[in-house]
Amino acid sequence: MSEYAPHDTFPNLLLHHARVRPRHPAVREKDLGIWQTWTWSEVAEEIAALAGGLAKLGFKRGDNLAIVGDNRPRLYWSMCAAQILGGVPVPMYQDAVTQELIFVLQDAEIKFAVVEDQEQVDKLIEARASCPLLSQILYDDPRGLRHYDEPFLHSIDEVQEAGRGHLREHPDFIAQEIAAGKGSDIAIMLYTSGTTGKPKGVCMTHAALLAAARGSCGFDRLDADEEVLSYLPMAWVGDNLFSYAQAMVAGFTVNCPESGDTVMTDLREIGPTFYFAPPRIFENLLTQVMIRMEDASALKRRVFSYFMEVARRCGAEILDGKPVRLADRLLYALGNFLIYGPLRNVLGMSRVRIAYTAGAAIGPDLFRFYRSIGINLKQLYGSTETCAYVCLQKDREIRLDTVGAPAPGVEVKIAANGEVLVKSAAMFEGYYKRPDATAETIDQDGYFHTGDAGYFDPDGQLKIIDRAKDVGQLANGALYAPNYIENKLKFFQYIREAVAFGNGRDQVCAFVNIDMGAVGNWAERRNIPYSGYTDLAQKPEVYELVRECIEQANAELAQDPMLADSQVRRFLILHKELDPDDDELTRTRKVRRGFVADKYRVLIDALYSERRSQFIETQVKFEDGRSGVVSAELAICDARSFAPQAAKQAA
Amino acid sequence: MRPTGEVILDLRNISLAFGGVKALTDISFDVREHEIRAIIGPNGAGKSSMLNVINGVYRPQQGEIVFRGEHRRNMNTYQAAKSGIARTFQNIALFRGMTVLDNIMTGRNLKMHCNLLQQALYWGAAQREELEHRRIVEEVIDFLEIQYIRKTPVGRLPYGLQKRVELGRALAAEPSILLLDEPMAGMNTEEKQDMCRFILDVNDEFGTTIVLIEHDMGVVMDISDRVVVLDYGRKIGDGAPADIRNSQDVIDAYLGVAH
Repeated sequence: MSEYAPHDTFPNLLLHHARVRPRHPAVREKDLGIWQTWTWSEVAEEIAALAGGLAKLGFKRGDNLAIVGDNRPRLYWSMCAAQILGGVPVPMYQDAVTQELIFVLQDAEIKFAVVEDQEQVDKLIEARASCPLLSQILYDDPRGLRHYDEPFLHSIDEVQEAGRGHLREHPDFIAQEIAAGKGSDIAIMLYTSGTTGKPKGVCMTHAALLAAARGSCGFDRLDADEEVLSYLPMAWVGDNLFSYAQAMVAGFTVNCPESGDTVMTDLREIGPTFYFAPPRIFENLLTQVMIRMEDASALKRRVFSYFMEVARRCGAEILDGKPVRLADRLLYALGNFLIYGPLRNVLGMSRVRIAYTAGAAIGPDLFRFYRSIGINLKQLYGSTETCAYVCLQKDREIRLDTVGAPAPGVEVKIAANGEVLVKSAAMFEGYYKRPDATAETIDQDGYFHTGDAGYFDPDGQLKIIDRAKDVGQLANGALYAPNYIENKLKFFQYIREAVAFGNGRDQVCAFVNIDMGAVGNWAERRNIPYSGYTDLAQKPEVYELVRECIEQANAELAQDPMLADSQVRRFLILHKELDPDDDELTRTRKVRRGFVADKYRVLIDALYSERRSQFIETQVKFEDGRSGVVSAELAICDARSFAPQAAKQAA
Repeated sequence: MRPTGEVILDLRNISLAFGGVKALTDISFDVREHEIRAIIGPNGAGKSSMLNVINGVYRPQQGEIVFRGEHRRNMNTYQAAKSGIARTFQNIALFRGMTVLDNIMTGRNLKMHCNLLQQALYWGAAQREELEHRRIVEEVIDFLEIQYIRKTPVGRLPYGLQKRVELGRALAAEPSILLLDEPMAGMNTEEKQDMCRFILDVNDEFGTTIVLIEHDMGVVMDISDRVVVLDYGRKIGDGAPADIRNSQDVIDAYLGVAH
């Protein structure tokens, strides 16, 4: 390999790191209770051996390599080994059932698969009946596979051993194979989860992934000394970026947890400096902390709540480098010593320099909590097709309700219908064997249609408000984004579900489902008796409680010039909880807007009339399959709205 | 049926009585290398007593035990443990205040050769030895998939996991024969399935011979190679699960018989 080879493919970068930082840890895995380390030069040797072995088994340029399993070093290595040989790794979700695997195996014409353990081997053997092309299966963990005598099964060890022999006979093999690769080759194929229709294989070139990885490494100044924990599914674009592409660009260390159940412990032991998690995980962590605080002694609880109040007042501002009173600064420093530092340590985030979240809207309290205890949590926006690289929040320019400005090298524009369009070097090549679908999402000018609706706020930060297909207009032409309004309402602990109406109307009205647990608890503490959901929902005190939440949301909406007209003017609390069994929600708990609108037409009409209440009778299905009727006179309540203002609101 | 080897443990005409209570009367059966041998029977049939005879807790008044070709009047516990017989108990017998790791480490006790002073100083041979023991214990932890509770005190674990830890401690002794006294009692279906899988895996991966007492007939019929049936201290059946299922004596013992 020439000293001056361009680093335009992942295999080239691997050689680069093996040369420049041979003794720097590249991968760690906790095994038998001990963190085992491989340096970059060791990793390069392991990958070369695996590539040699795969080649010997007949893996050829252009072949696709299925990878199924948890985040194991050798599965990451097989990705690189396939790339060396000019093949395309296709990571799949390890919890997929055989049927789902079969679809991908057939669609991607998989001949070779590398899998983690017996569980996956069993699935693939079962799948083989419908995937005749599948001819070789490699596995990492031999446990339970001793008596499998299928000739197409090989342990990775055995394949690597054969590979080492092959490389001794052909010492130039790896260098030649790498030299034959180009940046414009497909580096990886990720199947989209397929909530809408069949999954599609998203093909990404080395150049695109590297553009995303280089852009984001530069943006957050990631270097070889970062530590990350790879625990998110390998089939997800984010893991590919954070645990593979960025590591290959920056040369930092990727740590693989011992097992799925030990992630929290492993996180604490490693103390990553760069961390990604979806909002759900941050929420679970916070809940665990709060539950444990409940059990702490009274003194500890008081110290905790005192300093959490200090943090809420000035923590985020200190992190953002904004001016803060000296007294608060001193208090915060004390709190940092007593509470925030130990808390970060318990969360495994003592060393986190940068943490990202994405994938769903994050609640304001949650986001503020992490920032206020000194964790630099930021948001980003991206999708599989854009290598998870569209917008990133800049340090010190953190906002709760935006996803940041377009990342370096990314061009974002808003279509007439509000849809976010993206053009960048970090863009997928197309859907595998689906030119029709590709043509639908990438227009002639090369813009990718994300399907998300959003707009730029005056600072040039992108705000994602809804799926483009759900966005409409109010009668006066103002933007109307139901999900955005509903999410804002659902962030209140008392509101479980909300359905907003307003498309083509003069004002926004909403149905609300209260959270039975939270409101029930609230009512008990106030000695408000109730017999069940329907009864509780119609209590005047509960209406008052919900009205306060809605007015608070309205106040926030009023601060956004684009959405000020979307303030909720009238609402009612539904007499029953929206339920997937009654087809009102999908199984993933998304509101089926059209169905709900039809079913409760009388309520909507009442909301848009002068009425103060409306009678409704509804058929419900109980969990045991019987059905019954729930009826109630539902009160309709007005909520105060606020005059629009253009004030900025920082997180 | 899986291939099984030579007879390694042969119990001949064992009788055991506590005063006037005859716990076991003239019982003979053998255990082959690498097999899973179940002992079943109604409550009070003498199943646990039988296990206790095998590992030397009880001394039978009559009979002979042939273990790996050696004829003995009875076993004693130390000897039994030394020669590779490990067991778990019907009622969990773990150190509740100690972590999972430490509990399993106690399974290595017999294999530790350093004296107290060396271990206290933790230097030289003692350290090397501990590292080696720890490696084996970690392999057991990995095998039983309990990494996430490695440092958790046993008393805080649910019952099913405690049972698994107890199996882990027995495994840490690297036994050639494993005696399991009702390993699945009180477990829910999922825990039972997990435990079945571990028992089969132990048998498969380490070639360990397993003698188990179990009440769940489904489990017994699924995983054992041969079954001994006891009733009121007597052997009323011995054979492959399918034969036992059809034996009239066994059906009578379990379901009662019209007199």
